[in-house]
Amino acid sequence: MMTPRKLWSFHGGLHLPGHKHVSTQHASGAAFIPERLILPLQQHIGEPAEPVVNIGDHVLGGQLIARASGYVSVPLHAPTSGIISDISEQKAPHPSNLKTHCIIIKPDGKDDWTELEAITHYQQLDPSALRNRIRDAGIVGLGGAGFPSFIKLNPGTRTVIDQLIINAAECEPYISCDDQLMREQPRDIIQGIQIMQHALQARHCIIGIEDNKPEAYSALENTLSELSISDIEIVQIPTIYPTGGEKQLIKVLTGKESPSHGLPLDIGVVCHNVATAASIFAAIQFGKPLISRMVTLTGDGINNPGNHHVLIGTPVDEWIQHNGGYHPAVQQLIMGGPMMGFNLETDQVPIIKTSNCLLALNSPENSPPAVPCIRCGACMDVCPAKLLPQQLYWQAFARDFDKVQDYNLFDCIECGCCSYVCPSQIPLVQYYRFAKTEIWAMERDKRKSDQARLRHEFRLERIEKEKQERAERMRKKKAALNASKSAASKDDGKKQAIEAALARVREKKKQNDSDIKNTNNLTAEQQKKISEIDARRKKSTEKPVDD
Amino acid sequence: MEFTKLTSSNLHNNANITRIMREVLLALIPGIAIYFYFFGWSILINISIAVLTALAAESIMLILRKRPVMPFLSDYSAVLTAVLLALALPSLAPWWLISIATLFAIIVAKHLYGGLGYNPFNPAMVGYVVVMISFPQHMTQWLLPNQDLSLMQTIALHFQNISLNGLPVDSITSATPIDSIKTGLSLDKTIADIRTSSIFGKIGGYGWEWIAGGFLLGGLWLVFRKLIGWQIPFSMLGSIAIIAGIFSLADPTHYASPLIHLFSGGTILAAFFIATDPVTASTTPAGRIIYAIGIGLFTYIIRTWGGFPDGIAFAVLLMNMAVPTIDYYTQPRVFGAADK
Repeated sequence: MMTPRKLWSFHGGLHLPGHKHVSTQHASGAAFIPERLILPLQQHIGEPAEPVVNIGDHVLGGQLIARASGYVSVPLHAPTSGIISDISEQKAPHPSNLKTHCIIIKPDGKDDWTELEAITHYQQLDPSALRNRIRDAGIVGLGGAGFPSFIKLNPGTRTVIDQLIINAAECEPYISCDDQLMREQPRDIIQGIQIMQHALQARHCIIGIEDNKPEAYSALENTLSELSISDIEIVQIPTIYPTGGEKQLIKVLTGKESPSHGLPLDIGVVCHNVATAASIFAAIQFGKPLISRMVTLTGDGINNPGNHHVLIGTPVDEWIQHNGGYHPAVQQLIMGGPMMGFNLETDQVPIIKTSNCLLALNSPENSPPAVPCIRCGACMDVCPAKLLPQQLYWQAFARDFDKVQDYNLFDCIECGCCSYVCPSQIPLVQYYRFAKTEIWAMERDKRKSDQARLRHEFRLERIEKEKQERAERMRKKKAALNASKSAASKDDGKKQAIEAALARVREKKKQNDSDIKNTNNLTAEQQKKISEIDARRKKSTEKPVDD
Repeated sequence: MEFTKLTSSNLHNNANITRIMREVLLALIPGIAIYFYFFGWSILINISIAVLTALAAESIMLILRKRPVMPFLSDYSAVLTAVLLALALPSLAPWWLISIATLFAIIVAKHLYGGLGYNPFNPAMVGYVVVMISFPQHMTQWLLPNQDLSLMQTIALHFQNISLNGLPVDSITSATPIDSIKTGLSLDKTIADIRTSSIFGKIGGYGWEWIAGGFLLGGLWLVFRKLIGWQIPFSMLGSIAIIAGIFSLADPTHYASPLIHLFSGGTILAAFFIATDPVTASTTPAGRIIYAIGIGLFTYIIRTWGGFPDGIAFAVLLMNMAVPTIDYYTQPRVFGAADK
């Protein structure tokens, strides 16, 4: 028996009502094929994918429909067979409620699939080849941020990663999709983790799971013993929100703090979500790209709460209607959890790769309007980043974007603990998001103007340089000429030859001059007229001006 | 289908300012009850005058500033300011003195600086200092304990400044214990001589030591309920105890003991209820300690060598001034930052 692992804690955090059992009562529902699939080209952090299909094309399930553009980007695949009915701007699930470029597929219902290329012995594959495979499968972090997974499987300059940490905390209330996945597909997850370990050449792996998921914990633990795997450790951690935050989870499991302006990689740790492991397994074992995911449908505004496999691109309204619809009193729809999710104004948006939960609530707690901050510091006491939210708020409210950075705005993980406890009901996180966006915009503008100034300075420098080079060339030429002159004076023969040549030129010039004058070869009469004119001219100019 | 879009957070622990202010007011009740027991009706009249003035001033200012009246009026913040001011002012203060102090606290110190949350100085202490500087002779009208005045007699004293029994006010009032130590020392008496006066009790001022005990009880309740942090009250009391201890050990004939400093005047009240006003106090964990030690030291200095009967109000205002600087330089180490 192994001694229990020493666990650390992080500052602040909250004990929140879980509401998880609401959606874990039944086995997960299978994916259904909706009327149409809306696939945004950007479902991940980085550059949007570029379409490789045209309107009217017939595509098969698993077929590439948009390729990655640039390094931080992943491709997109057709979730099922059908016709590309449109490529246009559609509403995507985003707090801004703005439209974004999407490929729309009208499924034909046959679910014909393209031939998938499985890898049977990934251990023999080079880690970089494995990463390419994971990239080509369009896999991004399924925990919520959606960062391309293959990048986080690249150990960079490090040869060895000390720890691969699998985030199975799922700390936000209501969300249970990872819990359900662990209960139902523990083997896929464990094998996916092994693939990740190989790609990273990680020495050790820890799965961190909150102690409110005993079923998932034992499912994973049983799988580990069935497969007799010893280098993956599964650790139950106390249920404190936000233990599932990457930095917080690493702290709890290892005691290490990933640097404030750095990455976990800097301390030899890489962290991946547990659902990502399952999709990596499918991508390697079966060659199956990421075309569906587990999503939680929950809240008192939903008739049949539960977890479902959902095809990426499935419209939320169609999915919810397909699964029993809304409670008549529903008022509010949140994508994500109640702490970090965002309110949707409409349900006519698709499920995307990062959608982990849809939370429908009947009566949004009628919270009183925000009143002024009294600096009580309740927010500070719960901030897991050890920030001073009250000071950040004050500076963000005053739009002092320098000061707000002095208070380490960019260390804020937007977990929402501060807003949860604020007795003045101030939506604090929104102020921080606002300040971050403003600062990013300012930095972008500054970069642009810096670039313009730099270009201008380069141009001036180039002109000056060219001028100097020209002057230098001239000077050299002159010097060379002078040198050759003085050399020539020593050589009489040469000088004479030059003089003779010059004389010839003069002679020729004279001849040419006389040739081109129109007063040559005049008749006597013409000459006479000219003389008369000249005389008249002379006379008129000599005439005194007396009037 | 369309949905409501909320701007606030979706989950909340239901904490609100009104509840905090109400609980702080409730925590004052033991102290006020003991005050009433020893000194009679005067404290309740003080509180009534201050609260009515505060509510009127608050309403007028909210209307003038075009703010919603009811939500802000019902947050108890003006009531709390008024009650603290009433407790700080002399027990037989004339009605107009209480009103002036309250009006100044609410109108100038609170609303002219932007209202709740925006005032850099503790409104109650600003109001107190204004009348302390303007009307020093009225600020010495502290009722002697156990006078058994009826309600009507007390009201008359507050409003007409004469006794219904024909007693002059001076015969039933005295200076505070802290003030009388200062006066006694200036007359070359020793601390031991001064302490023989009937206004002193076992450890502090007679009656006052019990009132302080009541406020201590309420204050500890607030710490237990996490409505205030431990940092400010304990650092302030600790710093006063230490500096008073050092001086009274060195020269016990001329320097009062730490217990007299802690259990006379408003030391305990200030430590748990006034210095902890979150709006005007430092807001960082380390800053709160520095801020409270500063109040403790200034209180002792002004009490011992200054020209005023008590130093707490000045000490609080002096440290209020230092808060922005303290806050800036006492930021905690953020998660993942290199160790300093």
